[in-house]
Amino acid sequence: MSTTFQASSGPTKDAAVAAALGRSRKRSDLILRVLSYGATAIGLVLLASILVTLFAKGFGAMNLSVFTEVTRPPGSNGGLLNAMVGSLIQVGLATIIGTPIGMLVGTYLAEYARGSAFGNVVRFVSDILLSAPSILVGLFVYQLLVLPFGGFSGWAGVAALAIIIIPVVVRTTEDMLALIPNTLREAVIGLGAPKWKMIVTVCWRAAISGIITGVLLGVARIAGETAPLLFTSLGNNAWSTDLTAPMPSLPITIYSYAGSPFQDWIELAWAGALIITLAVLILNILARSVLRK
Amino acid sequence: MQQAATASVGTIPRPARRSSSLGDTIFAAACTAAGGFVLLLLGGIIVELFLGGLPAFRTFGIPFLWSTEWDPVTEVFGAGVSIYGTIITAVLAILLAVPLAFGVAFYLTELAPIWLRRPVGTAVELLAAVPSIIYGMWGFFLIAPIMAQYVQPFMIDSVGTWPVIGFLFEGPPFGTGIFTAALILAIMILPFIAATMRDVFEQVPPVFKESAYGLGCTTWEVMKGVVLPYTRISVAGGIMLGLGRALGETMAVTFVIGNANRITTTLFGPGNTIASVIALEFGESEIGSLKLSALLALGFILFVLSFIVLALSRFLLRSRLKA
Repeated sequence: MSTTFQASSGPTKDAAVAAALGRSRKRSDLILRVLSYGATAIGLVLLASILVTLFAKGFGAMNLSVFTEVTRPPGSNGGLLNAMVGSLIQVGLATIIGTPIGMLVGTYLAEYARGSAFGNVVRFVSDILLSAPSILVGLFVYQLLVLPFGGFSGWAGVAALAIIIIPVVVRTTEDMLALIPNTLREAVIGLGAPKWKMIVTVCWRAAISGIITGVLLGVARIAGETAPLLFTSLGNNAWSTDLTAPMPSLPITIYSYAGSPFQDWIELAWAGALIITLAVLILNILARSVLRK
Repeated sequence: MQQAATASVGTIPRPARRSSSLGDTIFAAACTAAGGFVLLLLGGIIVELFLGGLPAFRTFGIPFLWSTEWDPVTEVFGAGVSIYGTIITAVLAILLAVPLAFGVAFYLTELAPIWLRRPVGTAVELLAAVPSIIYGMWGFFLIAPIMAQYVQPFMIDSVGTWPVIGFLFEGPPFGTGIFTAALILAIMILPFIAATMRDVFEQVPPVFKESAYGLGCTTWEVMKGVVLPYTRISVAGGIMLGLGRALGETMAVTFVIGNANRITTTLFGPGNTIASVIALEFGESEIGSLKLSALLALGFILFVLSFIVLALSRFLLRSRLKA
């Protein structure tokens, strides 16, 4: 505020001084505008650079065998089929497990806990989990499900990913339910419906597009998670759909292949990186378009 | 139902009421239990990490926090180097990301034409959606060579010769190292900080800004004199959120930080962070070994660090959340 007053209330009877002041204000405005344009341009260039790099390196490595062959030793023309299937299974199960829990928590926060102390604690903890380092979730599940049950397993990976998707669904469910006008709730209760029916048949239905958006964003988030899977489902170079054994996944395969000294493995890693990034970005755009409708 | 049939006119049919209240009880209990489950998750993470790290804490005591030794052969472990690396990369990343994020938010709220705001905003948000491991590969295969060939030699020759801060920019240009890791981290947290800033800037009542424009202020003067003072606490919260993200980022950092357990004074030197040490060393630790316990202890320290930062961020952003 102070600058505003300085600018308008100087001893500026002198026209030349006033003009100079105006010029310097205009100049600093222009400089900051240009810097702001520059910052936005840098952000867009970075996104473009990532996409161009992925297409340049991944597209060349993309061929049919990437989708039809399982991972093989270097030099034997392997693919990523088992990694992709493993990722689909783990992400799918984690979503199926995590979504209802997240929806219930979000419903609790929006419909039952308005202003209550317990509700505020749950909201706080859920927000902490939303941004907490995912590697720690991996360590937690390792301690909880891998050590006591004698080894890495697909289920442990599912559990880790489910823990990560829950707070995402909680956040959007609560936000979307909070947008529903109270008059709608009063109308349903006024008709004599019990509260749970009001929530399930009216509130959830009214908020469904927002909740779907949240789930899609959550799926996009866990599809690319690598760190928590290092300690849970570990990865597997063979075809495996056994959830009690170590399970392959796309991010882990990319991680181990990208760090390998073999050229064909590095190329496969780029192909996998392109697949996973496209999937995640398409999910994001899809989620936004669901919400806009 | 028999009761309902015999109930006289004018009384409320009790069984119907009872079944609905049963449904209500069950549903409310399910929702509350789910809320309690979230608390259990966080509590479980704290307890499991602490219990796992307990043998290491017992063996090395408090000096574990600043000891710089990490020797699996003699089983001597210390967290000093990785705590230092974690904090220095995260703080550097914030220093690099905040001006950029502010520029983006300034553009999106004040400068961009209306039709361009949504696509540009979406593009910046997509930057946040790109998985960590992709940033790692991009950083390792594209950015690190560029740093080694062009940026670092240039900075060593120019900034490196300056007095006082010159020593930070010395040494051989490897490409990977603390500085590159901080740069990648900055790019990763940029969209989070920019999105928070944009959201809080948009909450400034238009009449405040219009008054300032009416007094003849330029766009920058409105930003500096009205928007920033009005939103400064929330902006600090957004920066804290970015810091919290940067502290725990794993895969991208693991690719580019160079992974060496020593503290170097130059920013171009290799280092490690808590998360990168856990990710890299975990595979080589046996079940029940002191090393595994030391890694879990590191995880506990990282959890405490990010919990403090994220709680602070929530506290600063709460006025915005309530609105």
